[in-house]
This record gives sequence, C-alpha cells and structure tokens, in this order.
Amino acid sequence: MTNWSMVVDLDKCVACQGCSIACRFENNTPVVSPEEAALGRSILWNDVLPMPINPTEDIGEYPHSRRRYLTRPCMHCENPPCVKVCPVQATYRDEEGIVRQNYDRCIGCRFCTVACPYGVRYFNWETPSWSPEMARHLSPERVVGQGSLEGPAVRPKGVVEKCTFCIHRLQKARARAESEEREFRAEEYTPACVQTCTAKARFFGDMDDVTATASILASSPRAFRVLEDVGTHPKVIYLQEG
Amino acid sequence: MRQAQVYHPDNQYEEAILDPIKPPINARDLLLWGGLLVVMGIGVAAYVRQFILGLGVTGMNRPVYWGVYITNFVFFIGLAHSGTFISAILRLSGAEFRKPLARAAEALTLFSLPFGVASIMIDMGRPDRVMNVILYGRFESPLLWDFTAVSLYLFSSVVFFYLSLLPDIALCRDRLEDVPSWQRSMYRILALGWKGHPEQFHRLERVMDGMAIFMTMLVVTVHTVVSWVFGMTIQPVWHSALIGPFFLLGAIFSGTAAVVIVLAILRKAYHLEDVLPVGLFNSLRKLLIVFSLGWLYMMIAEHLTLYYGNIPEEMEVFWQRFTGDFSIMFWVMTFAVFVVPILIFIFRGKNSIAWMVTASVLINIGMWLERYVVIIPTETRPRLLYELVQGSYTPTWTEWAITASLFAGMFLLYSIFTRFFPVVPLWETAETLEPETAFPEKRQRGFRGARRRRLGG
Repeated sequence: MTNWSMVVDLDKCVACQGCSIACRFENNTPVVSPEEAALGRSILWNDVLPMPINPTEDIGEYPHSRRRYLTRPCMHCENPPCVKVCPVQATYRDEEGIVRQNYDRCIGCRFCTVACPYGVRYFNWETPSWSPEMARHLSPERVVGQGSLEGPAVRPKGVVEKCTFCIHRLQKARARAESEEREFRAEEYTPACVQTCTAKARFFGDMDDVTATASILASSPRAFRVLEDVGTHPKVIYLQEG
Repeated sequence: MRQAQVYHPDNQYEEAILDPIKPPINARDLLLWGGLLVVMGIGVAAYVRQFILGLGVTGMNRPVYWGVYITNFVFFIGLAHSGTFISAILRLSGAEFRKPLARAAEALTLFSLPFGVASIMIDMGRPDRVMNVILYGRFESPLLWDFTAVSLYLFSSVVFFYLSLLPDIALCRDRLEDVPSWQRSMYRILALGWKGHPEQFHRLERVMDGMAIFMTMLVVTVHTVVSWVFGMTIQPVWHSALIGPFFLLGAIFSGTAAVVIVLAILRKAYHLEDVLPVGLFNSLRKLLIVFSLGWLYMMIAEHLTLYYGNIPEEMEVFWQRFTGDFSIMFWVMTFAVFVVPILIFIFRGKNSIAWMVTASVLINIGMWLERYVVIIPTETRPRLLYELVQGSYTPTWTEWAITASLFAGMFLLYSIFTRFFPVVPLWETAETLEPETAFPEKRQRGFRGARRRRLGG
C-alpha cells in the first residue's frame, strides 16, 4: 500500500508563493474581490504564512530583520479531525491516505473547517466566479471518486474545499501506466506545487518506500511536523531551517 | 348509543383561566400577530437573499466560520430547557409550586425548539442537501449526536406537552360553547374522546411520571451534546470537559429566567393575578439565586484553570475575552448575567415582579452574549493560526434580521397558543380529581373500586 507524503525543506524555500499560484490554476480555486479577501475569504489551498518560530522571537528591524515562512498545504493527517466530525462523510480518507472532499455531498455545515487546527479548509461563501478570460482557462481535469465532483471540478456555492494533493494527477498517472500496460511508479505522481517549486524545496513520494527521496528526507534530524502535539499525525513533514 | 358521562375536575380559577380564550379574535390580537409577521417577513426576505447569494451576505469568514446563527442555535435550545426543567425535574422532586406554571414553561420549550433547529438549517451552506444527514449520516460526528438528541427532544416534548394538555382540551370542548365551530371541532378532535374517568387520570399521571424520568435524562443529554459540537474539537478553550456542564447550567438558568418573563407577561395580559400569585415568583427567585451562584462557580472554575495553566494558545483566547476584541461583551455579560441580577434577587426581588422581570431580561440578554463569547473568541484565535491569521467578526444586517425573525416567530407561536388553549393547567391545579356527582352510582363504584384496588395493592 502506498502512503503519500510531502516534505518541505524550509532551508530551501524562498517564499516566492509559486506553490500557491500553481495550486490555484491546477485546482480552479476561485478568485475573490479585494474586499472579500480583506474579510478573510480568499481561498488558498496552499498558503504561505509568515511565521515566527517562537511567538516571542524578535524579528528585528530592516535591514537586520529576520523572517521565517511556512508554506502550508493540507496536512493529510493520519488521524484527521475533519473526517471525524463530518456528519455525512463528505470528507474521507482514501485507502492511500489522502484526505478527500466530495462537493456533491457536503452540506456546508462547516464543522470540518472549525475542527481543523491547521485552517486548511475553505468554504465557498458565494458562487465561484472568474473573469471571462480566466474562465476560458479553467482546468478541465476530473476525479473519479465517491462523488462526481471532487478535486479541481468547479465547486458550487456553500460547500467546503481543500487541498487534495492533486489527486487527479495520481488518477491520470495510473491510467497512463495502465494504458501502456506497465507498472505504475510512484515518481509519476507529483502535485502541481511540488512540480513548480522554484527552489526545489518540496518533495513528494511514498513513505512506505524507504528508498524514495521524500522518505529519506523525512528521517532527517531536521524533520518536524506542525502541531505534532495535538495527535493528528500530519503527513506533511517540514525540515527545519538550519 | 348511550351518551357517555364526562367529568372535569373542579378548579376555583376555571373562569379566570378560560377567560383569555373566550373572546373572538380581535383587533389587538391581529395587530400583535401582524406586527410579528412583518418582523418575520423581513427575516424571511433576508434568508431568501442569503439562500440565493450564499453565506457571503453574512459577516462570517475564515477562520470565524460560525457566528450569530450558531449562537442562536445554542440559545434557543437553552431556552427550551425551561419547560422540561420545571415540568419534569421539578415534578420528580415533588415541588408543588411548579403546577400553575408548568404549561407556560413547557410551551416555551415547545416554541423555542423549532427555532433552534431552524438556526442550524439557516447556518448550512447547502440546506437543500439536509436529507444527506439521514441518507449518509455518520454517528462519529457530534453534529449527528445533536441531530438525534434534538429531534428526540422535540418529539418527546410534543408528546409530553400534549398529554398534560389533554384533560384541558376536553374541558375546552365541553365548556366553551360560544367559540366558532372550527375551534370547537379542533377541541373535539384534539381531545381524543377524553372523558375524565379516574382511571384515565390515574393512567395519565403514571405515564407523565414515567416520561418525566425520561425527559430529565434527555434534558441533560441534549444540552451537553450541544456543547460537544464545540468540546469535541481540539480548538483552544472549547476542548474542555467543563463545557458540557457549563452549557447545561446556562441553559436551565436562561430558561428559568425566561419563564419569569413569560409568566409576568401572561399575568398582566390575561389578568391572571389570582392564578399566578407573587409567591410563584418568589419560588423562582430562589431557583435563580442558586443558578446565578452555580454560574459564578463554573465561570471561575473555567477561567482560573485557563489562567493558571497558562498554555499559550489558550491564553490567546483568554485575553480575547478579558481585554481583547470581546472584552466589552464579556464584561457586559458578566454584569448582566451575574452581578446585577444577584443584587436584585437578594435586595429587591422578593415580592416584586417588576424587579424579577428586570433581572430575568438582563439574564437572558447576558446568556445570549455568553453563548457568543464562548463560541466566537476561540475561532478568532485558532490553534495554528493564532499568531498568523487573527480573525475578526462583525455580523451583518442579514444575520440580525434573521435573528429578530426567529424571536418574533417564537412570540407569535406563543401568543397564538395562549389565545386558544388554557395557559395554566386546569386539572393539575384543581382541588380534587375525584368525581363528585358526575357519574351514575353504578359506574362510579366500578371506577372507584378499580382505582382503590390498584392503589391499595
């Protein structure tokens, strides 16, 4: 069984936010107006957050300031608090450990958004809209799953959405291998944020394969997980800045 | 077919209690109902707009995903605890003073519950998919516990309420000769052929005692489960074992205070001064003093533990309440729920309905604020984001309009009910349930004999 996981090397990350943008175009996340964004309603499955490692740490003043950033996709927890609280199983953990969201079934109660300690879940406060130019370039990718609407499919209003580790890419890679009548290899599956990362700070792979790069990096002494103490067992592993 | 004998218990206040039902619907009723309907209409319009445009018309955002609607949900379910507390818990403890006010309190339960349920529906992003809860419901989710507990509570309350109303509907059927024919048919159908035999009263009392035990368990469960929607998450301050008992106490507290308000209004509007004497308010005053002190205890237990523990993410929420964005609300709440009411109860409340109502109104405003201050500050400082994204929340007019319409709806149902049904239980406050001369000698002996055997054996 595969166990998909991501490693983010914070030493390499330059906080360019390329992962955020790649994710937006890959997954058709809707654009909101500046006023809505000021209310905190922008949707960024993969966000880049300025983060003092210690809240009391002095970040200093220019030109002697220090800044740290944390890029944050969904943690795809092994013990996801969001899946537990969903009353209708609109969010679920599939057999490969990816926490998925079925927009067809979601009732919009927002219990999962409240329960997630990482704030990775986003609600569609209104019908998603794009300018005509952008609407022409929406990704047509589809995901076959429990619902007909998953992954990059354009969401209706009133449902919750989140990072899926670009699960449509996994399904496509599998289908390609099948059509070419060969074994599917884990390297064929890369989420858009990992592919686009300017500094090559992101790694993705199967944790059960001890020879995979991501797996080797995860055993580094620099490795840590965000909010390790709350028992969610996140599968996104960070490498501390040296 | 032989005309069956019907017996009704004697009640010296029968005239006074039935008086509000007798006059036909007049201009004053229509004005009140019309006014409430207008308020409801504005709320319905706001909701339709929200349904079309999405929840973006509210002030909710990320990370404050739950706002006024969820506050209303908790508040209405809390109000609903008034009736069950008075009619079930006080019934079991044998507090006789509850009898005249049992129905007024139960009606409050019955008419606030639907609005609690409605609040959840209003808060949903996809209310059109509510059936998914039944089709795909998962019992691992505390929301489904809520769904189950609240629907069971609603159903049981209707049954409990109806049972205690039954003898009085029969009385209305037989005594109210002048009401319109549709109203008489309504009483005839709803009375289910009640005849008032001692055997019937005996059974009724037994069923109600049994249900009272069940309702007591349910009332404790329901509000604890409501709190668990918050308590089961791992968000700072919500995740506490105290949240269940605290919500329960708050619910019974605000519910009992609401009963004071309702009783005072009924007493004034329907001239029930003799039926609802000041003594009743004095009994409620004692209960409310106990609840205020219980509230203080919970408050200190919660906040002292938080402060002393000094866990960073919990302190963020703690300071949000005490000195931060919610401090005004927090301190207004503390004064409205505890400081002012306890002073009123101790120094002014005895024998003064006006002061009791003042304190009760303050308690209810304060308890609404308390629900708000328990729910929102945690959301503005979520566990990971408290140092990254600091949330804020300002409700919009849509949310206030819908809130107002929910309260208007509750008052509307209540005022309509009190115009068609006796709001003080006639049979429970009657001097005796024993038939005097209503039955022919032979049948009477039969019934009495049966009753005596049962009681004696």
